[in-house]
Amino acid sequence: MTDAVDRRLSMREIDVTKIRDAVRELCLKANFELRGDVLRAIRKAIPKERNARAKSLLKSIVENAGIAKSKRLAICQDTGIVFVRLELGQEVALVGGDIEEAINDGVREAYSKGCLRKSVVGDPLTRSNTNTNTPAFISPEIVPGDRVRIDVMVKGFGSENKSQVKMFKPTETVEDIKGFIKAVVKGAGPDACPPFVLGVGIGGTFDVAGLLAKKALLRPVGEPSPKKNLKKLERELLKEINSMGIGPMALGGDTTVLGVNIIDAPTHIAGLPVAVNVSCHATRSAGKII
Amino acid sequence: MSQIRITTPLTKDIIAGLKAGDEVLLSGAIFTARDAAHKRMHELLLRGKRIPLNLKDAIIYYCGPCPAPSRRVIGSCGPTTSSRMDAFTPELLRLGLGGMIGKGDRSLEVVRAIKKYQCVYFLAAGGLGALLSTKVRSARPVLFRELGPEAIYRLEVKDFPLIVGIDSKGNNLYDKTRWKKS
Repeated sequence: MTDAVDRRLSMREIDVTKIRDAVRELCLKANFELRGDVLRAIRKAIPKERNARAKSLLKSIVENAGIAKSKRLAICQDTGIVFVRLELGQEVALVGGDIEEAINDGVREAYSKGCLRKSVVGDPLTRSNTNTNTPAFISPEIVPGDRVRIDVMVKGFGSENKSQVKMFKPTETVEDIKGFIKAVVKGAGPDACPPFVLGVGIGGTFDVAGLLAKKALLRPVGEPSPKKNLKKLERELLKEINSMGIGPMALGGDTTVLGVNIIDAPTHIAGLPVAVNVSCHATRSAGKII
Repeated sequence: MSQIRITTPLTKDIIAGLKAGDEVLLSGAIFTARDAAHKRMHELLLRGKRIPLNLKDAIIYYCGPCPAPSRRVIGSCGPTTSSRMDAFTPELLRLGLGGMIGKGDRSLEVVRAIKKYQCVYFLAAGGLGALLSTKVRSARPVLFRELGPEAIYRLEVKDFPLIVGIDSKGNNLYDKTRWKKS
Protein backbone atom coordinates (compact mmCIF):
# COMPACT_ATOMS: atom_id res chain seq x y z
CA MET A 1 0.00 0.00 0.00
CA THR A 2 1.31 3.47 -0.80
CA ASP A 3 1.57 6.21 1.85
CA ALA A 4 -1.15 8.16 0.11
CA VAL A 5 -3.65 5.31 0.45
CA ASP A 6 -2.58 4.72 4.06
CA ARG A 7 -3.27 8.32 4.84
CA ARG A 8 -6.61 8.20 3.05
CA LEU A 9 -7.65 5.19 5.19
CA SER A 10 -6.81 7.03 8.40
CA MET A 11 -9.01 10.00 7.46
CA ARG A 12 -12.31 10.43 9.28
CA GLU A 13 -15.12 10.68 6.77
CA ILE A 14 -17.88 13.19 7.46
CA ASP A 15 -20.86 13.38 5.17
CA VAL A 16 -21.63 16.94 4.11
CA THR A 17 -25.32 16.39 4.92
CA LYS A 18 -24.22 16.40 8.57
CA ILE A 19 -22.70 19.84 8.01
CA ARG A 20 -25.91 20.98 6.28
CA ASP A 21 -28.05 19.84 9.22
CA ALA A 22 -25.70 21.50 11.69
CA VAL A 23 -25.78 24.79 9.78
CA ARG A 24 -29.59 24.70 9.70
CA GLU A 25 -29.80 24.03 13.43
CA LEU A 26 -27.21 26.73 14.24
CA CYS A 27 -28.94 29.38 12.08
CA LEU A 28 -32.19 28.76 13.95
CA LYS A 29 -30.52 28.74 17.35
CA ALA A 30 -28.56 31.93 16.66
CA ASN A 31 -31.72 33.76 15.55
CA PHE A 32 -34.01 32.60 18.36
CA GLU A 33 -31.70 32.34 21.37
CA LEU A 34 -29.58 35.28 22.41
CA ARG A 35 -26.02 34.15 23.20
CA GLY A 36 -25.60 33.29 26.89
CA ASP A 37 -22.56 35.53 27.26
CA VAL A 38 -24.35 38.49 25.66
CA LEU A 39 -27.43 38.01 27.83
CA ARG A 40 -25.26 37.77 30.96
CA ALA A 41 -23.44 40.97 30.03
CA ILE A 42 -26.76 42.81 29.61
CA ARG A 43 -28.12 41.47 32.91
CA LYS A 44 -24.89 42.51 34.62
CA ALA A 45 -25.21 46.04 33.22
CA ILE A 46 -28.76 46.63 34.54
CA PRO A 47 -27.96 47.29 38.24
CA LYS A 48 -24.95 49.45 37.26
CA GLU A 49 -26.89 51.64 34.81
CA ARG A 50 -27.70 55.04 36.36
CA ASN A 51 -29.88 56.43 33.55
CA ALA A 52 -33.51 55.43 34.14
CA ARG A 53 -34.50 55.18 30.47
CA ALA A 54 -31.34 53.20 29.67
CA LYS A 55 -32.05 50.81 32.55
CA SER A 56 -35.57 50.24 31.29
CA LEU A 57 -34.31 49.63 27.73
CA LEU A 58 -31.80 47.07 28.99
CA LYS A 59 -34.66 45.27 30.74
CA SER A 60 -36.61 45.33 27.47
CA ILE A 61 -33.66 43.66 25.73
CA VAL A 62 -33.83 40.84 28.29
CA GLU A 63 -37.61 40.63 27.85
CA ASN A 64 -37.24 40.53 24.06
CA ALA A 65 -34.74 37.67 24.33
CA GLY A 66 -37.22 35.75 26.50
CA ILE A 67 -40.09 36.25 24.02
CA ALA A 68 -37.86 35.26 21.08
CA LYS A 69 -36.73 32.06 22.75
CA SER A 70 -40.12 30.94 24.07
CA LYS A 71 -42.15 31.80 20.94
CA ARG A 72 -39.41 30.89 18.41
CA LEU A 73 -39.40 34.38 16.97
CA ALA A 74 -36.31 36.08 15.58
CA ILE A 75 -34.61 38.25 18.21
CA CYS A 76 -34.40 40.94 15.52
CA GLN A 77 -36.11 41.14 12.13
CA ASP A 78 -32.70 41.75 10.59
CA THR A 79 -31.83 38.08 10.63
CA GLY A 80 -28.58 39.01 9.00
CA ILE A 81 -26.25 37.78 6.36
CA VAL A 82 -24.79 34.44 7.40
CA PHE A 83 -21.08 34.18 8.18
CA VAL A 84 -19.73 30.68 8.72
CA ARG A 85 -16.36 29.94 10.28
CA LEU A 86 -15.48 26.37 9.39
CA GLU A 87 -12.56 24.87 11.31
CA LEU A 88 -11.69 21.77 9.39
CA GLY A 89 -9.48 19.13 11.00
CA GLN A 90 -6.78 18.05 8.57
CA GLU A 91 -7.67 14.39 9.16
CA VAL A 92 -11.23 14.90 7.97
CA ALA A 93 -12.45 13.91 4.52
CA LEU A 94 -15.70 15.59 3.55
CA VAL A 95 -17.77 13.18 1.48
CA GLY A 96 -21.21 12.97 -0.08
CA GLY A 97 -21.30 16.25 -1.97
CA ASP A 98 -20.18 19.84 -2.31
CA ILE A 99 -19.46 21.49 1.07
CA GLU A 100 -20.39 24.99 -0.07
CA GLU A 101 -23.70 23.74 -1.44
CA ALA A 102 -24.36 21.83 1.81
CA ILE A 103 -23.80 24.95 3.90
CA ASN A 104 -26.07 27.03 1.67
CA ASP A 105 -28.73 24.30 1.79
CA GLY A 106 -28.62 24.48 5.59
CA VAL A 107 -29.06 28.27 5.49
CA ARG A 108 -31.90 28.06 2.96
CA GLU A 109 -33.78 25.45 4.99
CA ALA A 110 -33.39 27.38 8.26
CA TYR A 111 -34.56 30.70 6.81
CA SER A 112 -37.56 29.09 5.13
CA LYS A 113 -38.59 26.82 8.01
CA GLY A 114 -37.86 29.39 10.73
CA CYS A 115 -39.84 32.23 9.07
CA LEU A 116 -36.68 34.32 9.06
CA ARG A 117 -36.40 37.36 6.83
CA LYS A 118 -34.49 36.90 3.60
CA SER A 119 -32.11 39.83 3.50
CA VAL A 120 -29.62 38.92 0.79
CA VAL A 121 -29.57 40.41 -2.71
CA GLY A 122 -27.79 38.30 -5.32
CA ASP A 123 -26.19 41.25 -7.07
CA PRO A 124 -25.09 44.33 -5.13
CA LEU A 125 -25.95 46.69 -7.98
CA THR A 126 -29.13 45.29 -9.52
CA ARG A 127 -30.30 44.25 -6.01
CA SER A 128 -32.71 41.45 -6.60
CA ASN A 129 -33.41 39.37 -3.47
CA THR A 130 -32.24 35.74 -3.65
CA ASN A 131 -35.26 34.88 -1.45
CA THR A 132 -33.24 32.22 0.37
CA ASN A 133 -30.84 34.35 2.44
CA THR A 134 -28.02 32.60 0.59
CA PRO A 135 -25.19 32.66 -0.19
CA ALA A 136 -23.49 32.48 3.18
CA PHE A 137 -19.94 33.76 3.49
CA ILE A 138 -17.67 30.91 4.49
CA SER A 139 -14.29 31.31 6.13
CA PRO A 140 -12.49 27.94 6.17
CA GLU A 141 -9.52 27.21 8.42
CA ILE A 142 -7.46 24.02 8.34
CA VAL A 143 -6.53 22.88 11.86
CA PRO A 144 -4.94 19.73 13.35
CA GLY A 145 -7.21 16.85 14.33
CA ASP A 146 -10.19 14.92 12.97
CA ARG A 147 -13.06 17.19 13.95
CA VAL A 148 -15.01 19.99 12.34
CA ARG A 149 -16.04 23.07 14.28
CA ILE A 150 -18.78 25.22 12.77
CA ASP A 151 -19.62 28.69 14.02
CA VAL A 152 -22.53 30.47 12.42
CA MET A 153 -22.92 34.22 12.90
CA VAL A 154 -26.04 36.01 11.66
CA LYS A 155 -24.86 39.56 11.22
CA GLY A 156 -27.25 42.49 11.08
CA PHE A 157 -26.42 45.35 8.77
CA GLY A 158 -27.42 48.32 10.93
CA SER A 159 -24.15 47.73 12.74
CA GLU A 160 -22.23 46.29 9.78
CA ASN A 161 -22.80 49.59 7.94
CA LYS A 162 -20.95 51.43 10.72
CA SER A 163 -17.86 49.21 10.68
CA GLN A 164 -14.56 50.62 9.45
CA VAL A 165 -11.01 49.75 8.44
CA LYS A 166 -8.17 52.25 8.77
CA MET A 167 -4.62 51.82 7.56
CA PHE A 168 -2.47 53.49 10.25
CA LYS A 169 1.17 54.49 9.83
CA PRO A 170 3.47 52.07 11.65
CA THR A 171 4.73 54.93 13.81
CA GLU A 172 1.28 55.78 15.14
CA THR A 173 0.53 54.83 18.74
CA VAL A 174 -1.94 52.71 20.68
CA GLU A 175 -3.56 56.00 21.77
CA ASP A 176 -4.15 56.85 18.09
CA ILE A 177 -5.80 53.46 17.60
CA LYS A 178 -7.99 54.00 20.66
CA GLY A 179 -9.04 57.38 19.28
CA PHE A 180 -10.08 55.75 16.01
CA ILE A 181 -12.09 53.01 17.75
CA LYS A 182 -13.91 55.61 19.86
CA ALA A 183 -14.65 57.67 16.75
CA VAL A 184 -16.14 54.57 15.09
CA VAL A 185 -18.38 54.05 18.13
CA LYS A 186 -19.50 57.68 18.09
CA GLY A 187 -20.20 57.46 14.37
CA ALA A 188 -22.20 54.28 14.92
CA GLY A 189 -24.41 56.17 17.39
CA PRO A 190 -28.04 55.05 17.57
CA ASP A 191 -28.13 53.45 14.10
CA ALA A 192 -26.08 50.42 15.09
CA CYS A 193 -28.22 49.58 18.17
CA PRO A 194 -26.01 50.08 21.23
CA PRO A 195 -24.92 48.60 23.59
CA PHE A 196 -22.44 47.14 21.14
CA VAL A 197 -20.00 44.29 21.03
CA LEU A 198 -16.86 45.44 19.21
CA GLY A 199 -14.70 43.07 17.21
CA VAL A 200 -11.30 44.61 16.53
CA GLY A 201 -8.63 43.25 14.20
CA ILE A 202 -5.15 44.75 14.42
CA GLY A 203 -2.41 43.90 11.91
CA GLY A 204 -2.37 41.57 8.93
CA THR A 205 -3.44 43.18 5.68
CA PHE A 206 -6.46 45.28 4.69
CA ASP A 207 -8.68 42.20 4.31
CA VAL A 208 -7.14 40.11 7.11
CA ALA A 209 -7.78 42.86 9.68
CA GLY A 210 -11.48 42.84 8.71
CA LEU A 211 -11.73 39.08 8.99
CA LEU A 212 -9.99 39.11 12.40
CA ALA A 213 -12.47 41.74 13.57
CA LYS A 214 -15.38 39.56 12.48
CA LYS A 215 -13.91 36.45 14.11
CA ALA A 216 -13.30 38.41 17.32
CA LEU A 217 -17.09 38.75 17.63
CA LEU A 218 -17.31 34.95 17.99
CA ARG A 219 -15.29 35.05 21.21
CA PRO A 220 -17.59 35.16 24.26
CA VAL A 221 -18.11 38.58 25.80
CA GLY A 222 -16.23 38.69 29.09
CA GLU A 223 -13.49 36.30 27.94
CA PRO A 224 -10.38 38.45 27.53
CA SER A 225 -7.67 38.08 24.91
CA PRO A 226 -4.98 35.60 25.97
CA LYS A 227 -2.40 38.28 25.11
CA LYS A 228 -1.55 40.51 28.06
CA ASN A 229 -1.23 43.78 26.11
CA LEU A 230 -4.50 43.18 24.25
CA LYS A 231 -6.34 42.23 27.44
CA LYS A 232 -5.27 45.57 28.92
CA LEU A 233 -6.34 47.43 25.78
CA GLU A 234 -9.74 45.69 25.80
CA ARG A 235 -10.31 46.64 29.43
CA GLU A 236 -9.31 50.27 28.88
CA LEU A 237 -11.51 50.63 25.81
CA LEU A 238 -14.49 49.08 27.59
CA LYS A 239 -14.17 51.59 30.41
CA GLU A 240 -13.45 54.63 28.26
CA ILE A 241 -16.24 53.94 25.74
CA ASN A 242 -18.75 53.35 28.52
CA SER A 243 -17.90 56.79 29.89
CA MET A 244 -18.88 58.44 26.57
CA GLY A 245 -22.53 58.53 27.68
CA ILE A 246 -24.06 57.04 24.52
CA GLY A 247 -26.14 54.27 26.07
CA PRO A 248 -29.01 52.16 24.64
CA MET A 249 -30.70 53.85 21.63
CA ALA A 250 -27.91 56.44 22.09
CA LEU A 251 -30.27 58.39 24.36
CA GLY A 252 -27.69 58.49 27.15
CA GLY A 253 -26.44 56.01 29.71
CA ASP A 254 -23.51 54.13 31.12
CA THR A 255 -23.92 51.06 28.91
CA THR A 256 -22.50 51.67 25.43
CA VAL A 257 -20.39 48.56 24.90
CA LEU A 258 -20.86 45.12 26.41
CA GLY A 259 -17.47 43.89 25.30
CA VAL A 260 -14.41 44.72 23.23
CA ASN A 261 -12.72 41.69 21.66
CA ILE A 262 -9.38 42.20 19.96
CA ILE A 263 -7.38 39.79 17.81
CA ASP A 264 -4.00 40.73 16.35
CA ALA A 265 -1.73 39.36 13.64
CA PRO A 266 1.74 40.08 12.26
CA THR A 267 1.90 42.80 9.64
CA HIS A 268 4.21 44.63 7.21
CA ILE A 269 6.97 47.08 8.28
CA ALA A 270 5.16 49.83 6.38
CA GLY A 271 1.73 49.45 7.90
CA LEU A 272 -0.67 48.95 10.77
CA PRO A 273 -4.19 48.01 9.63
CA VAL A 274 -6.98 48.31 12.20
CA ALA A 275 -10.53 47.08 11.59
CA VAL A 276 -13.53 47.62 13.83
CA ASN A 277 -16.55 45.40 13.25
CA VAL A 278 -19.44 46.93 15.15
CA SER A 279 -22.08 44.50 16.38
CA CYS A 280 -25.40 45.40 18.01
CA HIS A 281 -26.78 44.25 21.37
CA ALA A 282 -28.31 41.35 19.43
CA THR A 283 -24.91 39.85 18.66
CA ARG A 284 -25.94 36.44 17.41
CA SER A 285 -23.96 33.28 16.77
CA ALA A 286 -24.00 29.60 17.59
CA GLY A 287 -21.35 26.91 17.29
CA LYS A 288 -21.01 23.16 17.23
CA ILE A 289 -18.29 20.52 16.99
CA ILE A 290 -18.78 17.46 14.79
CA MET B 1 -42.39 59.33 32.86
CA SER B 2 -46.04 59.10 31.88
CA GLN B 3 -46.98 57.60 28.54
CA ILE B 4 -49.22 59.41 26.08
CA ARG B 5 -51.75 57.22 24.27
CA ILE B 6 -52.46 58.26 20.68
CA THR B 7 -54.51 56.73 17.87
CA THR B 8 -54.20 57.15 14.10
CA PRO B 9 -54.94 59.16 11.96
CA LEU B 10 -52.12 61.38 13.17
CA THR B 11 -53.90 64.72 13.02
CA LYS B 12 -52.17 68.09 13.39
CA ASP B 13 -53.89 68.42 16.79
CA ILE B 14 -52.27 65.24 18.06
CA ILE B 15 -48.91 66.24 16.58
CA ALA B 16 -49.02 69.66 18.22
CA GLY B 17 -49.33 68.00 21.63
CA LEU B 18 -46.17 65.90 21.27
CA LYS B 19 -42.77 67.03 22.50
CA ALA B 20 -39.33 65.51 21.86
CA GLY B 21 -38.67 63.00 24.62
CA ASP B 22 -42.34 62.11 25.25
CA GLU B 23 -43.08 58.42 25.59
CA VAL B 24 -46.00 57.39 23.41
CA LEU B 25 -48.17 54.29 23.01
CA LEU B 26 -49.51 54.26 19.46
CA SER B 27 -52.61 52.41 18.29
CA GLY B 28 -54.16 52.20 14.83
CA ALA B 29 -52.94 51.65 11.28
CA ILE B 30 -49.42 52.33 10.01
CA PHE B 31 -47.57 51.52 6.77
CA THR B 32 -44.16 49.85 6.64
CA ALA B 33 -41.69 51.06 4.02
CA ARG B 34 -37.92 50.85 3.78
CA ASP B 35 -35.21 51.48 1.18
CA ALA B 36 -36.60 49.79 -1.94
CA ALA B 37 -40.20 50.98 -1.36
CA HIS B 38 -39.01 54.57 -0.84
CA LYS B 39 -37.04 54.41 -4.07
CA ARG B 40 -40.15 53.12 -5.89
CA MET B 41 -42.34 55.91 -4.45
CA HIS B 42 -39.71 58.47 -5.43
CA GLU B 43 -39.61 57.13 -8.99
CA LEU B 44 -43.41 57.36 -9.25
CA LEU B 45 -43.27 61.01 -8.23
CA LEU B 46 -40.41 61.69 -10.66
CA ARG B 47 -42.59 60.35 -13.49
CA GLY B 48 -45.39 62.66 -12.40
CA LYS B 49 -47.54 59.82 -11.07
CA ARG B 50 -49.26 59.59 -7.73
CA ILE B 51 -48.44 57.11 -4.97
CA PRO B 52 -51.44 54.74 -4.60
CA LEU B 53 -51.53 55.09 -0.80
CA ASN B 54 -53.41 57.57 1.35
CA LEU B 55 -50.49 59.30 3.05
CA LYS B 56 -52.58 62.12 4.57
CA ASP B 57 -52.01 62.06 8.35
CA ALA B 58 -50.50 58.60 7.92
CA ILE B 59 -47.44 57.10 9.57
CA ILE B 60 -44.62 55.28 7.79
CA TYR B 61 -42.69 52.73 9.81
CA TYR B 62 -39.17 51.99 8.54
CA CYS B 63 -39.39 48.25 8.91
CA GLY B 64 -38.93 45.06 6.92
CA PRO B 65 -40.59 42.37 9.04
CA CYS B 66 -39.88 38.66 9.25
CA PRO B 67 -42.58 36.41 7.70
CA ALA B 68 -45.38 35.43 10.08
CA PRO B 69 -44.96 32.04 11.72
CA SER B 70 -48.14 29.93 11.89
CA ARG B 71 -50.75 31.28 14.29
CA ARG B 72 -49.05 34.70 14.42
CA VAL B 73 -49.91 37.82 12.41
CA ILE B 74 -46.30 38.88 11.86
CA GLY B 75 -42.74 37.85 12.64
CA SER B 76 -40.12 39.97 14.36
CA CYS B 77 -40.66 43.60 13.30
CA GLY B 78 -38.35 46.23 14.78
CA PRO B 79 -37.23 49.48 13.15
CA THR B 80 -34.42 49.91 10.63
CA THR B 81 -32.05 52.89 10.32
CA SER B 82 -34.08 55.98 9.38
CA SER B 83 -31.27 58.08 7.91
CA ARG B 84 -31.17 55.88 4.81
CA MET B 85 -34.62 57.24 3.98
CA ASP B 86 -33.66 60.92 4.56
CA ALA B 87 -33.31 61.80 0.88
CA PHE B 88 -36.86 60.58 0.15
CA THR B 89 -38.58 61.99 3.24
CA PRO B 90 -39.25 65.73 2.60
CA GLU B 91 -41.35 65.03 -0.54
CA LEU B 92 -43.53 62.56 1.39
CA LEU B 93 -44.05 65.07 4.22
CA ARG B 94 -45.03 67.65 1.60
CA LEU B 95 -47.68 65.21 0.36
CA GLY B 96 -49.29 65.07 3.80
CA LEU B 97 -47.48 62.26 5.61
CA GLY B 98 -47.94 62.94 9.32
CA GLY B 99 -45.16 60.95 10.92
CA MET B 100 -42.43 58.38 10.69
CA ILE B 101 -41.12 55.66 12.98
CA GLY B 102 -37.56 54.43 12.87
CA LYS B 103 -34.25 54.29 14.68
CA GLY B 104 -31.52 56.89 14.82
CA ASP B 105 -30.99 60.51 13.92
CA ARG B 106 -32.23 62.40 10.83
CA SER B 107 -30.64 64.93 8.49
CA LEU B 108 -31.09 68.69 8.89
CA GLU B 109 -33.23 68.70 5.71
CA VAL B 110 -35.62 66.22 7.32
CA VAL B 111 -35.76 68.21 10.57
CA ARG B 112 -36.55 71.34 8.55
CA ALA B 113 -39.31 69.55 6.61
CA ILE B 114 -40.78 68.15 9.84
CA LYS B 115 -41.02 71.70 11.17
CA LYS B 116 -42.30 73.17 7.91
CA TYR B 117 -45.10 70.63 7.45
CA GLN B 118 -45.83 70.15 11.17
CA CYS B 119 -44.99 66.45 11.39
CA VAL B 120 -43.34 64.20 13.94
CA TYR B 121 -40.58 61.59 13.99
CA PHE B 122 -40.86 58.74 16.47
CA LEU B 123 -38.09 56.47 17.70
CA ALA B 124 -38.68 52.78 18.24
CA ALA B 125 -36.08 50.70 20.06
CA GLY B 126 -33.91 48.71 17.65
CA GLY B 127 -33.26 45.03 18.15
CA LEU B 128 -36.52 44.36 20.00
CA GLY B 129 -38.40 42.94 17.04
CA ALA B 130 -39.85 39.94 18.88
CA LEU B 131 -41.26 42.15 21.64
CA LEU B 132 -42.66 44.70 19.16
CA SER B 133 -44.35 41.93 17.13
CA THR B 134 -46.60 41.27 20.14
CA LYS B 135 -48.05 44.79 19.65
CA VAL B 136 -49.21 44.08 16.09
CA ARG B 137 -52.80 42.93 15.60
CA SER B 138 -52.85 42.45 11.82
CA ALA B 139 -50.56 42.80 8.83
CA ARG B 140 -51.17 42.69 5.09
CA PRO B 141 -49.12 43.76 2.09
CA VAL B 142 -50.72 46.67 0.23
CA LEU B 143 -48.14 47.87 -2.31
CA PHE B 144 -45.01 46.62 -4.11
CA ARG B 145 -45.67 43.03 -2.97
CA GLU B 146 -42.93 41.78 -5.26
CA LEU B 147 -40.39 43.40 -2.94
CA GLY B 148 -40.99 40.65 -0.34
CA PRO B 149 -39.74 41.89 3.04
CA GLU B 150 -39.41 45.37 1.51
CA ALA B 151 -43.06 45.55 0.39
CA ILE B 152 -45.37 48.12 1.96
CA TYR B 153 -47.48 46.44 4.65
CA ARG B 154 -50.43 47.90 6.49
CA LEU B 155 -50.09 47.07 10.18
CA GLU B 156 -52.74 47.46 12.87
CA VAL B 157 -50.88 48.12 16.10
CA LYS B 158 -52.02 48.37 19.70
CA ASP B 159 -49.99 50.30 22.29
CA PHE B 160 -46.86 50.27 20.15
CA PRO B 161 -44.12 51.84 22.37
CA LEU B 162 -42.39 54.91 20.92
CA ILE B 163 -40.40 57.95 21.96
CA VAL B 164 -40.83 61.30 20.21
CA GLY B 165 -37.46 61.89 18.52
CA ILE B 166 -38.19 65.11 16.61
CA ASP B 167 -41.28 67.17 17.36
CA SER B 168 -43.19 69.57 15.11
CA LYS B 169 -41.18 72.53 16.38
CA GLY B 170 -38.02 70.84 15.14
CA ASN B 171 -36.71 69.91 18.60
CA ASN B 172 -34.46 66.88 18.24
CA LEU B 173 -33.98 64.59 21.24
CA TYR B 174 -30.49 63.62 20.01
CA ASP B 175 -29.34 67.26 20.13
CA LYS B 176 -29.72 67.13 23.90
CA THR B 177 -27.50 64.09 24.44
CA ARG B 178 -24.06 64.61 25.97
CA TRP B 179 -22.28 62.30 23.51
CA LYS B 180 -23.52 64.18 20.45
CA LYS B 181 -22.58 67.57 21.86
CA SER B 182 -19.04 66.51 22.86
